[in-house]
Amino acid sequence: MTDEPRFEHPPEEAATSYLADGYSLRSWFLTTDHKRIALLYLVSITFFFLVGAGAAALIRLDLLTPQGDLLSNDGYNRAFSIHGIVMVWFFLIPAIPNVLGNFLVPIMIGARDLAFPRLNLLSWYIYILSGLLTLYVVVGGGVDTGWTFYTPLSSVYANGAVVATIVAVFISGFSTILTGLNFIVTIHKLRAPGMTWSRLPLFIWSHYAVSIIFVLATPVLAITLLLVAAERLIGIGVFDPRLGGDPLLFQHLFWFYSHPAVYIMVLPALGVVSELITAAAHKRIFGYWFVAFASIAIAVIGFMVWGHHMFVSGQSVYASAVFSFLSIAVAVPSAIKVYNWTVTLYKADIAIDAPLLFALGFIGLFVAGGLTGLMLAMLAIDVHVTDTYFVVAHFHYIMVGGSVTAFFGGLHFWWPKITGRLYNETLARIAAILILIGFNITFFPQFMLGYEGMPRRYHVYPPEFQVLHVISSMGAALLAIGYAMPAVYLIWSLLPGGRRAPANPWGASGLEWTTSSPPPQHNFIGQPVVVRQPYDYPLAHPVSRDDG
Amino acid sequence: MAEEERFAPFADAARARDADRLGMLIFLASEIMLFGGIFAAALALRLEHGPDYAAAAGHLKLWLGTANTAILLTSSLMAALAVEAARAGAPRRAARALLAALLLGCAFLAVKGVEYAGEYREGLMPGTATAHFDGPAQTLFMNLYFVGTGLHAVHVTIGILLMAMAALSQRARQDRNAMLIGNVALYWHLVDVVWLFLYPTLYLAGVR
Ligand code: HEM
Ligand SMILES: [Cu+2]
Repeated sequence: MTDEPRFEHPPEEAATSYLADGYSLRSWFLTTDHKRIALLYLVSITFFFLVGAGAAALIRLDLLTPQGDLLSNDGYNRAFSIHGIVMVWFFLIPAIPNVLGNFLVPIMIGARDLAFPRLNLLSWYIYILSGLLTLYVVVGGGVDTGWTFYTPLSSVYANGAVVATIVAVFISGFSTILTGLNFIVTIHKLRAPGMTWSRLPLFIWSHYAVSIIFVLATPVLAITLLLVAAERLIGIGVFDPRLGGDPLLFQHLFWFYSHPAVYIMVLPALGVVSELITAAAHKRIFGYWFVAFASIAIAVIGFMVWGHHMFVSGQSVYASAVFSFLSIAVAVPSAIKVYNWTVTLYKADIAIDAPLLFALGFIGLFVAGGLTGLMLAMLAIDVHVTDTYFVVAHFHYIMVGGSVTAFFGGLHFWWPKITGRLYNETLARIAAILILIGFNITFFPQFMLGYEGMPRRYHVYPPEFQVLHVISSMGAALLAIGYAMPAVYLIWSLLPGGRRAPANPWGASGLEWTTSSPPPQHNFIGQPVVVRQPYDYPLAHPVSRDDG
Repeated sequence: MAEEERFAPFADAARARDADRLGMLIFLASEIMLFGGIFAAALALRLEHGPDYAAAAGHLKLWLGTANTAILLTSSLMAALAVEAARAGAPRRAARALLAALLLGCAFLAVKGVEYAGEYREGLMPGTATAHFDGPAQTLFMNLYFVGTGLHAVHVTIGILLMAMAALSQRARQDRNAMLIGNVALYWHLVDVVWLFLYPTLYLAGVR
């Protein structure tokens, strides 16, 4: 990254940036500006990331020895439950949509805000409310159900603050639904003149797809959790066999939500990577419509594969065979995206900046996670490795290696736009590489552990697994350093005297780069009018302005 | 400036109204998925334990369910008339229609309450001391019945409150575009539609 823009961009008129528009607490906590709300989310999800990471640290320390010396059995159960619950619902699901999506969706389509700005603020408050309840659970006894809340464990046997946790996740669902609703309406109704559907950035397509899942899958989780709570509190036994219920029903309902939810966590990441790759290659993306429709296809097929989590739950083999087939099918659109990114980079004039390093790391880890997903979708293999560390490694490759890496990549890519500051590029490249190495050292051994039979969710294990567990824990320490680095140099860039970012530091196309860094209060001066295709490299004038 | 800011972030009122309507429809889609879980469970139960399902459904009071269906349909009609009245510029007629819809909603809840009380007395309420069932499938049916109709009743209550709000707001009644009344009515229609599915799923399944 250089101080000077590498490509031309329309001249900026002076306007107050959204950051300079009021400094009082009130101007932040009662703001309806989507950009400020994005920053509120950034701070809050970072906090929850730390909470989840603390629990992960306990888990990895405990697993250093085969006897599980650090935590009690109960304590270990609580550690991994809190880790999963916080990381899934309070960090990863909101991470990209609510921070980057909130900031960028309106700007990328040339709007001045989301369709319902107050609803946007409300969803942050709902998120905070549910987050506080979760923190209460952490200090007030914890939960030991795992993030999956399987019945009858959660409804009958588990002790601890199960109902409080369920209520917390339930409430956070409203925040998610409102965000999805807001995005869909915004993308339909607030596109700038000339911003046709075929000109939408791929980031927008993937947020559109994820919003559909937000709106349609989250309520199924809500009703499921409501039923568990009803069973615990008033004895309406939909899941408990002694009360007439059916425990498998829980698994069906839970995974009907939670498989789409895994795509909730990865679709926005796919959108981010499409932007990073095209910007680094300075090329139009190869197969725009394939990439756009792949997002929609993933959203749709993702609703029909939940049974692959139940291959050993006594589901009929015919059902399992169908779910196996559909699970293999859902890998196709993801693979299409990977091919298209690769072809986009082929023979391109590539700028190897930190965001690209993150994007490349994403592709490698996502492919590894996806291929092992295919393995798990095969009935015969899954029976062998289900409920082992193989599964743990699979989903961490996708959710952490994939989505978290993409989140970091996106944060680095849009940081100059969001804050108006440039960070230290060398440190950023080091962090990107450190994260990639640390991640692999942490999670690759887990594939081996799982394949050899180490079950998940146990902290006492046969001594022959110790070597791999120690390697994994050491990798986690490295990974933690990698994740801590950006916190330092990104905050450093904000200090007085930090280098100012130009409007378009990467020479990227896209409406967000045509406005100043940081953008003015209403994003643009005048209403932008879009006259060119997306990713119209080499850049000329992607927009013309109509200030009338 | 002020005029143009009024509909921000939209350029004009028509677009803002479009967006409100779309937002409401998306919210309703989400609500359908909320009930979808219960319907899916009921369907699975019926496929796997058909005779038990029918036997358990036979314990419900068909005529109370039918009466409630008629009440809710009429109420929905009233809500639709309120929208028409507001559009025609007749705020008082709109308020009266909303009031009728709202009272019918209350009547629905009253009937439901009578029904629940009867079921409690007959030992059809799982988890209570007097409860007795022929087998787990029948218990599960009654569980689903209580969760499904209970959740629906919560929605009826919210709908009643929303209609009261709309009826009391002068702005809403005088709005020739009937935005608030229209969206509230949409919500009320959804509550009605959910019941139209609950009724055959739960009550009619017991008819021999
Ligand atoms: C693309 C994003 C994906 C994410 C975020 C993801 C995430 C997850 C998670 C969280 C689990 C574990 C759930 C648990 O038991 O706690 C899981 C398991 C599984 N995943 Fe994925 N996955 C992804 C893609 C795929 C793909 C593409 C396939 C198949 C082609 C797949 C197949 C499976 C299977 C079969 C299991 C169940 C393994 C078992 O429990 O035995 N996944 N995945
Ligand atoms: Cu899945």
